[in-house]
Amino acid sequence: MPIFQIIRQIVRTGIKTEAPPQPDEALRVEPQRLQEEILRAFGGALSIRQVDAGSCNGCELEIRALNNAYYNIEGLGIKFTASPRHADMLLVTGPVSRHMEIALKRAYDATPEPKLVVAIGDCGCDGGLFAPDGACENYASCGKVSNVIPVDVVVSGCPPTPTAILQGILTAIGAQRSI
Amino acid sequence: MPITHPDLHLTRLNGAIPAWFGEIRPGNLPPICQSVADGGGRLVALWGSDTRLPLLQAGKAANELRREFQVNGFALHVALVNEAGLICLSMALDAEQPVYPDISRIFPAAARMQRATYDLLGIYAHEGRDHRKWVRHGEWHGFPLRKDFNAAQNHISEPDAYPFVQVEGQGVHEIPVGPIHAGIIEPGHFRFSVVGEKVLRLEERLGYTHKGIEKRFESMSLQQGAKLAGRVSGDSTVAYAWAYAMAAESIAAVTPPDRALWLRALFLERERIANHLGDLGDLGNDVALSFGFAQFWILKEQVLRNNAALFGHRYLMDKIIPGGVTADLMEPGKSTLRDECTLLEREVRLLRGIYEEHAGMQDRFIAAGRVEPKLAAQLGLCGLAGRASAQAWDARVQFACAPYDKLDVQMETYRNGDVAARAIVRFDELFESLRLQREILDHLAYGGTCAEPLGKLPGDGFGVGMVEGWRGEVLVAIHTGANGNLARVHPHDPSWQNWPALEHAIMGNIVPDFPLINKSFNLSYSGQDL
Repeated sequence: MPIFQIIRQIVRTGIKTEAPPQPDEALRVEPQRLQEEILRAFGGALSIRQVDAGSCNGCELEIRALNNAYYNIEGLGIKFTASPRHADMLLVTGPVSRHMEIALKRAYDATPEPKLVVAIGDCGCDGGLFAPDGACENYASCGKVSNVIPVDVVVSGCPPTPTAILQGILTAIGAQRSI
Repeated sequence: MPITHPDLHLTRLNGAIPAWFGEIRPGNLPPICQSVADGGGRLVALWGSDTRLPLLQAGKAANELRREFQVNGFALHVALVNEAGLICLSMALDAEQPVYPDISRIFPAAARMQRATYDLLGIYAHEGRDHRKWVRHGEWHGFPLRKDFNAAQNHISEPDAYPFVQVEGQGVHEIPVGPIHAGIIEPGHFRFSVVGEKVLRLEERLGYTHKGIEKRFESMSLQQGAKLAGRVSGDSTVAYAWAYAMAAESIAAVTPPDRALWLRALFLERERIANHLGDLGDLGNDVALSFGFAQFWILKEQVLRNNAALFGHRYLMDKIIPGGVTADLMEPGKSTLRDECTLLEREVRLLRGIYEEHAGMQDRFIAAGRVEPKLAAQLGLCGLAGRASAQAWDARVQFACAPYDKLDVQMETYRNGDVAARAIVRFDELFESLRLQREILDHLAYGGTCAEPLGKLPGDGFGVGMVEGWRGEVLVAIHTGANGNLARVHPHDPSWQNWPALEHAIMGNIVPDFPLINKSFNLSYSGQDL
């Protein structure tokens, strides 16, 4: 019976979850706009809408890894939601392609206030390899995320590690967490 | 010679894989394609280039310019494959009227490539059946891959109203999905026409992540281009970087050091292992067996962490460069990887047993999203999805370049073509990659250099590289200009071939099975949007 095998395997695997990173104020590009009370609420339960605005899929691999047992992001009260209307934070990757500009703006507008935006990856931070100076120099790309919507925190890396992404998220909500 | 035709003179290209090059007249394209198709061959890639002379030198008379353009127009390039190898055909097209004969009647996969080639270069298929824009959504005027394209002057913002095919009848309605999808995945638009829960038709619209990769290559050095090639599709960075390096090495007529080739194969198999582990976890997740997701993603994380510890990058980006590799493996690292193999073989065998005996899971897997072998052959389905529908193509087997010529890769194919078959192919390939990894580690016993980096490429060269990535065959073609610069680079993702098959696979299935069927293909958006 698979169910016994499943239970045995779960017990054998044990708990893999590691301690989360501490926030790093150096990642912040805009001063904290939100009141402490709201941040306390976000610190208890945060919903994130991830938007791939034109990335190569590398950052998405690392964001998805946050759901694995080692990083166990849901154990910290943070979950990914399917709709921006349910979200407190947008996690945006990519050099924003012109074809995703409207969709990204709409997702931002659909996210209720108060909201936070974290740009993930070198391309989201400054356009990366696709637009070296972060400008709109490319016919198909708007460059960095902050060229299109306001950004609170940036996490560089190609792609940034899951730990770095988690640190960026925790920095945005100013949350000291431990498991 | 891989094929014969009275007007076709092929020359063998240098390089790791068997490849030939020939110039033909556009009119000969359909009969040559037909003879390749009749012999069981397929279309791999289709792209164009602007081969007009460098222009707009100050003070040059318009007439003189026009005369030059007539002499030097555009070019269309087609890469076909049959059992002998790659056949690369080029044909010159007129500068004023750059047309070529439609080949989508012979190879349906050509349709989207032809549309994209028009969007980017303004050359078009005569009597092509579908003239809708593919990668252009109304954000620019003109043709970006033309050398005289000016990005600043050609920016517009007039999003097109895309004419989706309408399905009519009592009770039919549409479900539009995307470009932003519900999960953490790449953007694209799916238009479902459904009756109740049943899908009558799916139409894909892609191009949302188009970020001008091909144009970007043209302002890069060979070395920068290697980094960009590794970011065409992040999950296949090793396959792209290797194909790019292979194309460059073909032009330069050099063979990288033996040790570099063994390490490249090690990286490629590790990329396959990581992606297959992730997909098998996701397939569990999509049928609500979150246990499967948790277990497989623990294993995937361990592979990624070993990559970071031993080679300096979790996904092995920038580890392959033209001329070699930038990371080496010492004796302690080899024992780490052997231990990892032992762990993975044990755990995956156990998990496979659970997956196969799990009635709820098999109920969702079996017969879902079926692509029959006959349809797969017509559509040119490739890679792991192709092998799950009896399409026995694997570049590591048929065109075994070093070091695969010493490895005897075992290819697994199945005939069912459903989600279950695509899961089984992943399991089989996972075990095969683990076996290959062990063999590669045994062969890595001797020292030697890891790279003799290439400088500048020879001028007016053409080279092509093809690598069997985890998803399917990845091709990169490089054309150099007179000065040896990158005049045109075309990266081709196997998703071009396989996205249209997904439209067929979903027909007659229910809407809630779409995420599962889609994941069982796991195609790239960025790789085909470019």
